[in-house]
Amino acid sequence: MIKKHPVMLRKEDASLLSGRGRYADDLPVPVGTLHAHVIRSPHAHADIVRIETQAALAHDGVWAVITGEDVRKLSDPFLTAVKVAAPQWALAIERVRYVGEAVALVVAETRYIAEDAAELVKIEYAQLAAAIDPEAACESSAPLVHAEAKTNEVSVREFSYGNTKTAFAAADRVIAMTTTFPRLSFTPIECYVVVAQHNAAENSYDVLANFQGPFSIHPVMARSLRVSGPKMRLRIPPDSGGSFGIKLSVFPYVVLMGLAAKITGRPVKWVEDRIEHLVAASCGPNRVTKLEAAVAEDGRILGLRLDQLEDYGAFLRAPMPGPLYRMQGSVTGAYDIANVDVKNRVVLTNKMPSSLIRGFGGPQLYLALERLTQRIAVELHLDPLDVIRRNLIPAQKFPYRTAAGALYDSGDYLRAVEIAAGDGRIEELKRRRDTARAAGRIYGIGFSAIVEPAMSNMGYLSTVMTAAARDRAGPKNGAVSMATVNIDPLGAVTVTADVTVQGQSHETVLAQIVSEQLGLSPDDVEVVLELDTAKDQWSIAAGTYSSRFASGTAVAAHMAAVQMRDKLKCIGAKQLNVLPDDVELAGGNIRSRSNPDNALPFGRVAGTSHWSPVMLPEAMAPALSETGVWTPPELEPPTHDDRINTSFTYGFVFDMCGVEIDPVTYQVRVDRYVSMHDAGRILNETIADGQIRGAFAQGVAAALYEEFSYSEEGAFLSGTFADYLVPTVSEIPEVEILHYESPSPFTPLGAKGLAEGNCMSTPVCIANAIADALGVADVTLPATPRRIHALLEGGK
Amino acid sequence: MRRLKRDQKVRVALTLNGRKLSAEAEPRMLLTDFLRHALGATGTHVGCEHGVCGSCTVLIDGVAQRSCLTLAVQAEGRDVRTVESLAAADGTLNALQTAFRNNHALQCGFCTPGILMSFTDFLARNPHPTEGEIREVLSGHLCRCTGYANIVAAIKDVAGQGDQ
Repeated sequence: MIKKHPVMLRKEDASLLSGRGRYADDLPVPVGTLHAHVIRSPHAHADIVRIETQAALAHDGVWAVITGEDVRKLSDPFLTAVKVAAPQWALAIERVRYVGEAVALVVAETRYIAEDAAELVKIEYAQLAAAIDPEAACESSAPLVHAEAKTNEVSVREFSYGNTKTAFAAADRVIAMTTTFPRLSFTPIECYVVVAQHNAAENSYDVLANFQGPFSIHPVMARSLRVSGPKMRLRIPPDSGGSFGIKLSVFPYVVLMGLAAKITGRPVKWVEDRIEHLVAASCGPNRVTKLEAAVAEDGRILGLRLDQLEDYGAFLRAPMPGPLYRMQGSVTGAYDIANVDVKNRVVLTNKMPSSLIRGFGGPQLYLALERLTQRIAVELHLDPLDVIRRNLIPAQKFPYRTAAGALYDSGDYLRAVEIAAGDGRIEELKRRRDTARAAGRIYGIGFSAIVEPAMSNMGYLSTVMTAAARDRAGPKNGAVSMATVNIDPLGAVTVTADVTVQGQSHETVLAQIVSEQLGLSPDDVEVVLELDTAKDQWSIAAGTYSSRFASGTAVAAHMAAVQMRDKLKCIGAKQLNVLPDDVELAGGNIRSRSNPDNALPFGRVAGTSHWSPVMLPEAMAPALSETGVWTPPELEPPTHDDRINTSFTYGFVFDMCGVEIDPVTYQVRVDRYVSMHDAGRILNETIADGQIRGAFAQGVAAALYEEFSYSEEGAFLSGTFADYLVPTVSEIPEVEILHYESPSPFTPLGAKGLAEGNCMSTPVCIANAIADALGVADVTLPATPRRIHALLEGGK
Repeated sequence: MRRLKRDQKVRVALTLNGRKLSAEAEPRMLLTDFLRHALGATGTHVGCEHGVCGSCTVLIDGVAQRSCLTLAVQAEGRDVRTVESLAAADGTLNALQTAFRNNHALQCGFCTPGILMSFTDFLARNPHPTEGEIREVLSGHLCRCTGYANIVAAIKDVAGQGDQ
């Protein structure tokens, strides 16, 4: 059901609907700002023999043509999370390693002139053989993406939790399968924007960019520019046109434009165009998973072995290989499986570097795990829903410590499944299938049950190192969230917080949370979320990613509001001549609980700290600004045996769907889709459902449409929106959204993240339905008509 | 027919949201760049510059068009309307904008101006469309945040179909 009139209108909307948004390219730039155009590699792998820039430099209006040699002189390679001999700078040096890699930068008075001059830059390449397929790239005969690394398989770690060997020995059956998850992006409609200034007098940088965080990448940029953090001021605009993880990867261009500003002595602006974005911005990594399960006759999974090979393209940018490790603690998903062996392998290939993307490792993991439950059902002649039920973690085991170390906070997975399947929904799905099949049509049903982690432990990625290496480096753990409540002279309230805006309605929800504590209406609270690293509070965990808002920043805002409320109670008590315990904040007043007529307007009491701080109760610091700092203790570092609580809260999603396959066009049509979410306490149902619908559409896109494809030689084949199919309204089916709430006991709000669940659950749910419809074991995503045709032909 | 030299800037005069304006433009300048960077009307957004995403849709003489596929000089003497024209001078949202707000039909808001302008044109010609017609027009726009359902609901709402 679509809610027609939300309870609370979004604070963001009036401006955005009126053309008054303030996105990066809308903001004014200093007079004299130059404009940059990036020249990119047409080859997947080649030596740069020569770059001729004279003709371009002679062009009217051109200020500079910057190449890798300039970048090498003025900057350092980017810091990485894993030490690999694969240095990356802001421009290619000596060699290009993927189609679209930045090779030179033309800086001119206008973008039009920069693009004209770019055609005068002559670059001579000597082509090399390219490594494209991830498995082939691991062979010893494969071309090396980075010769210094001596291998393309740059990180391999093996983990053993429980006693997998015994589990496999005791099993009735071993069921094995291989899945491949495609490379794709969720292509925000606004591309990257950077405006960089350099102050030569102080050797400092001031950069505006639609960067999304995490701000652990701020030191990466500052170090590359060879300045301390405070000399690299980064400002994030108030609005950003979507991100979905992708806008982390604007950071190499922040450095590049910073260098261009330094070289030219002028501010430099760069706006990425769509062709550049598709060929070179960022994407999620593709993964090959080989999975083996030790299974009892009744479908119970006794043990698992996973070999996960993840393809990060040409460079391992920080914080990669995040997707491979973000799910490490929850590698057993929603299931009570005590024994699991995991082998994580990172491979580099001659493709665009991969990085953050909504779902972040979840879609890859669950494609394997949830295809497996469907295969178990087929091979053991069981009902797939029974296989899921039989393996789900029982409600009484929460909080539940998984084999790999995650601490699942709350849930009743079986109950959520029963609710979703109830009310005749499962019968209806089966009836539609049976009717379709009776008429000779191709129809299948799919399920998926997944755990959705939120708010990453900053220490999870250190699991990529051995315990000994971690000891040497020092422990990493936790995740800090911060929000501040400010009071102005007339008692008006503003809120700032450590998030970047990308459409998640943070203004609205923060106003809701803070106003609730202060007895005000959300309309009384202004929320200002543009972020400035020089003036705002932030930690390495700041930004908008890993669904950290509901269990992180929202809690910090609640804490800040409670701190402010308690101070105002004390101030109010003195002015009302009552005890603080008798004071409440309600209806825009601060009043006596026992005698509500004894009341003062909120603004009158709240302004006291500005006008008469000497009158404050003894020993009280003025109540002008309160910052909530939230750092949950559950986010411990990895243990010596590599167990890691990868995230802070863990939601649950159960999906079921019916699909029909057209025997003429080979198109997959989603006929019915039901999605059940347990995200703890829902902070705002309209916004929650909006996030779920958005993730669902992206899940459908991954299942059926979107893929960054390359030829065997590494040519990029999906460089426009005509080749790379983003679904329109015609391609997105209806989804019935259901909620079940198991509040998290670990946070005062009880809320968990929920914006990534369907990116994880939907691709595999649809894949399972296709497998059921066609009676096949292997379904490759996206299940395009060409691939469905091959499956149908293969079955004949 | 007006003859233009490739490298010579020309003054382009048009009516933008009811006000006569003019500014210099090279003959090759896109209307999007002209609106945003010469006239300061940044409400019109650029999402793909190849006519697929629909973010840059504006009305030219009342007809919805992709401003990224239009040259500034082509708008000479014409009446251009952008998203900035929709709300009243005091900021009050019009019915279409209000329906988007009531139905949570936008998240990041970047594609929204183009969708609003497409439907400003379409609903003026066809005030009571069927859901199929709404979907057909909307399929000319890409939105990555919402999954579209709430946009359809908003337009049904404003087209008087909210109760159907």
